Parts: sequence; structure tokens; C-alpha cells
Amino acid sequence: MSNERITKKLTFKTFRFNAETDFLPYFKTYEMEVGKDELVLDILNRIKWEFDGSFSYRRSCRHGICGSCSIKVNGKPVLSCKQNVWDLVDIFNTDTLLLEPQSKKRVVKDMIIDKNDFWSKHSKLKPYLVAEIEEHPKEEIRILPHEAEQLLEADYCIQCGNCYYACPVVEVNEEYFGPAQFAKAYRFNADIRDNAKKERLEEVRKMGPGVWDCVKCFECAEACPKDVDPIGKITKLHNQIFEEGMAQNNVATRHAVGFKHSIAKHGLLDEGELVRYSEGTLGVMKHLPEAIAMFKKGKIVMPWNMPKSKNLDEIKTLVKSSSKVKF
Amino acid sequence: MAKLKYALYTGCTARESTPELLMSTMAVAKKLDIELVLLDEASCCGASHLQDFDDFLSLVLNARNICYAEKQGLDMVTICNTCQLNTVLTKERLDNDENLKSQVNEKLAEVGLEYNGTSSVRHFLYAIVDDYGLDRLSEQVVKPLSDFNIAAFYGCHNIRPSYLHKKYNSIESIVGEGGGEEGFAKVEMMSKYNSGENPYNPSSLDRIIEALRGKSVDYDSKNKCCGFHADLQAPHTANKLTGTALLDAIDNNADMMVTPCPLCHLNMDVKQDSVAKEMGRDIKLPILHLPQLIGLALGIEPKELGLKHNVSEPTFV
Repeated sequence: MSNERITKKLTFKTFRFNAETDFLPYFKTYEMEVGKDELVLDILNRIKWEFDGSFSYRRSCRHGICGSCSIKVNGKPVLSCKQNVWDLVDIFNTDTLLLEPQSKKRVVKDMIIDKNDFWSKHSKLKPYLVAEIEEHPKEEIRILPHEAEQLLEADYCIQCGNCYYACPVVEVNEEYFGPAQFAKAYRFNADIRDNAKKERLEEVRKMGPGVWDCVKCFECAEACPKDVDPIGKITKLHNQIFEEGMAQNNVATRHAVGFKHSIAKHGLLDEGELVRYSEGTLGVMKHLPEAIAMFKKGKIVMPWNMPKSKNLDEIKTLVKSSSKVKF
Repeated sequence: MAKLKYALYTGCTARESTPELLMSTMAVAKKLDIELVLLDEASCCGASHLQDFDDFLSLVLNARNICYAEKQGLDMVTICNTCQLNTVLTKERLDNDENLKSQVNEKLAEVGLEYNGTSSVRHFLYAIVDDYGLDRLSEQVVKPLSDFNIAAFYGCHNIRPSYLHKKYNSIESIVGEGGGEEGFAKVEMMSKYNSGENPYNPSSLDRIIEALRGKSVDYDSKNKCCGFHADLQAPHTANKLTGTALLDAIDNNADMMVTPCPLCHLNMDVKQDSVAKEMGRDIKLPILHLPQLIGLALGIEPKELGLKHNVSEPTFV
């Protein structure tokens, strides 16, 4: 083996914009030889150091802990200091990579975005331990391993914002808290020392900002560089709302519970009945135009023709014996 | 090559609001000589909503569905992205947690069933791409779709989270028991040469379109969410997501859209009028289920593909 360094010649199409001076954003192209160990953060540094000193981006720890340096490469949210460049070349099968900020509409300069909405929503869900702690305790608070494990991976979040800016609901609903915020709420709700579980659930159960507006697209789970699985924690918050008896009687909770009723009756889901049960008899009227269009096309099954699973008795038995949650 | 045979988990939608999906799936399978055994015993997968309410019950029910494929010694195929995800989420948890598996099996024992983890679970789309093969599919084409620009819409639950997609969707069925180190090594090895999908730039549907001689449309929204799961509780969110994707396809000259997911199909196909109101623009785009598109290219009669059930009328046929 020679000591010669093996490199790939890559092109980086890079988003540039200065909110103070530019009318429109533009892309600048930088070409460089990239070694197999280089990370996206190395590329950002090299653009600044070798090409254009005015290029701006956030960076700090370089150890995957501070969460500052997240950007998008070819649409994929990455933590720059953790993401190997050759891996991206493999994944996208290309030697041209597109470097963009996490959210173009929030750009201040180049890769730097205004994360104000992220932080203000974050602080609304009490992202800290709420507990009466004695100032001079005589002994430590003991937490058993199985109690600590309840936090799951939620404790690993570094607030990089990858999930938040990948979430399609955040894009269309300004009130929506967002996946990182929910994961953090779960992290403290699952902590046995904490006393603010109900206060957090009070917030996250709200229609509009809360967990019921999640579209379950798994963009957050895919975007997270720490495998926090935010949508898994969103599901846990849904579960807590029911377990704590805090589920309000509304279209979202009935939508979840309606599945159980339908399965207990038919095995399969009775789609029409689910909509009627969730919306209520009056609310269902707003679906009338679509229902008529579907009926004309033979897409509506009449109650008397509702198909049922074979061996329905088994399903009835299992629903009875396995179901513990109350509504 | 041995005849392909699978247990088909239809899900609820194919039995109710999208009868055309089941019809076209069966017609295409017959044409390609793939045997599909209907799992009539199966229940609803919970569609992620039962999971929000009663997680354990959803595990038991999904495990029961898989049991019926295992009993026949068949691998399971799904024709709904959400069924696919909820089934493999269950499988993943049970195969990696002996304690949870025995809790579930304790319940299943009440009805004389046992979950073992011996059947793999994948979407019919990937059975066609990987097991049947696109070259073979291409040879069967009698009505090339060469006049059409076709927008592929992938649907979230087939491609995300990608670790589950890679483990279950993109490989040939794993021999023997899933999970464990040995299973994982097999997955690693096999996903190298099979169609592991990049969730940020998926390609399988586009490759199918090309195999059918159609022109696949390049547009940003193909891997995005249609918002179906928030249709009732957050209709504006859902309509905006559906509308953004439809208009993106239209603005990139799509003549039609194709999707492997009946839930995406419902949003894209049935809701075009209310979505158009939300977006303030006219929206008219025929939306086909994947097997309907394949069926047309294979020369299957539109009647057998249930095209009369599509709300967005495919007038080009």
C-alpha cells in the first residue's frame, strides 16, 4: 500500500443568501477532492477557508453533542459533524451534492437559520425536571434500572432540529409543537422524579398544537441523527393521555378508540362507521360530498354488507382479554 | 424458477373503499402466475390509531394475522403501506423481545395460536421488483405506456423508517427465523444487492414505470406525506399536504399518478375537489393503484382492474 491519499472529485452546489443584503437566494458551486474520512462539516470548513470567507454556518463541538451544525444534503437532514461525505455519494449515487440550510424560509445567512420558533415551542412544554428537591438531601434519590429505562432514547436528543424542520406538519401548521418538543415532553413525563406530567399532557392533548395533529409520516424518525425516534415518543404521549384519564371526548380520541369498537365487531375496520363515530352524527355531514362521490363509484360498503374476518370469535376473545386501556 | 406463492394480507381498505385495489392485485398476480392465498382470517392492523389507544391489543392482533401466514408456511405480502408498517413494527418488536413475545403468545394461546416469527412480511411492490424481477415484468408488456408521464407517489410507510424498510421490504424473504445476529448479518449482506430504497430518493416505482415503458416524472413530492392519518382531526393539514403533492406532480407535467398505498390513493383520488378549494387551484389528475397501472400495460381489461371505481376518472383508457 502506498501512502497516497485516495480522494474523489466532488461538486458541492451550495445555497447562499444574506437576508440583510440579498433579494433572492442563489447557489454557488465548489469543486474539491474529498477523502474517505471527510465529514460534511469538513466541507463547510473548506468552503469557508479555501473558497469564500464570507460563507456562514453554525458549528461548535464537532462531537455530535451540541446540535449546531445540522443542514440538509440532497434533501436529507444531516448533522454535519457526524455525516461522512463518501457515504452520501453512495446513498445518492452521485458526485454532485446539494448543500442547503435546514429550512430555507428561515435563513438568516447561508446555512444559518432562525431557530426562534423551535426554541419557543420547546420551552412551552417544560423541558426540565419539575420536582421538590431538598437543598441539603440526606440521601440520593434512587432510580432503579427499569425506571431509568423508561426514558427510552428520549434522553439522547441534542435539539439539532433535524426532525423539526423535516416535519411536514410544522410547515403547514404554525401552532404545532413539533417532534423534538414532544420527545422532550415524553423524556420528562417518563422520569419518576418529575411532577409535571399532567401539565405537559394538558398542552400536548390540545387539538392544533398537540400530538393529535401528527400525520405519522416518520420523517422525524428518519431525520434524527441520535435515533431518538420522536414518533415513537409521540405514540407514548398518546398512550399517556389515555392512561392518565386525560383523553377529552373529541374527534381525535374517538378516531383512535373507534378502531377497537370496529375490530371487536367485524375484525376489519368499518370505515363508514369509524368516520361517523369519530365526527359525530352532525360532524359527519361535512363529508357528504365525498361520500356521495364514493357511493357513485361503488366505494361505500353498506352496513348490511360489511365484510367480517373469518374466525371472528378469536378476535372477539382477544379484544376482551388483551385490552386494558379505558376511555 | 419456482412459482411464487404468498399469503395476501389485504387490509380493510381493499375490502371496502378501494375494491379496485384487490381486483387489480388478483388480476395482475394471475397474469404473472403469482399465487396469492387470501388471509380471510386477518383483522385490521390498527392503522397506527389503535396503537395510540391500546398498544398491547394492537400487538396481539397483528401477531395473530402473521400467525395465519406462518400456519401455511408462506411469506406474507401486503398491499397497503400502513398495513405493511404496522405488521413489521409488530414483528420487529416480538422478534427482538422474548418477554414481550411470550406475553403476546400467552394471549394467542387462548385461541390456539402461536407466533413464531417464521414468515417474512413485505409489500407486493417489492415482491414484484425483487422476487419476480423487472426484466421479466418488462417482457410481459403488451400495451407500452409510452405516451404517458407518470408520477410515482411512494407513501410514507413503505419507505420510512428506512431501517425497517431495509430489513423487511428490500430483501428476499429471510430464511428461517428473523432477528438475532445471524438474521441481521443476512440482512446486511442481502440488502447490498437488493433494492434498498433511499427514503430521500426512492426509485422502485420509477423503475416499474420505466419497465412498463412509461416516462416517470421527476418531482420533489414523490416521497412526501399525503396527510391521510390526520384527515379527520386536522383536515387543513391533510388537504395542504395532499394538494402540495398533487400540484407538484401536475406542475411537472404528470398525466397521471400511481401509488402502492390505498390510503394515499383515497386522499389523492377522492378528495381532489376539497383539496382544490384548500389550494385555490383546479386539480384534475387520474390516480391509479400500482397493480392497475401494471395491469393496463399487461393488457388486462379495464373492467378486471376495477377502473370504474376510481373517482378521478382515467379517461385515457
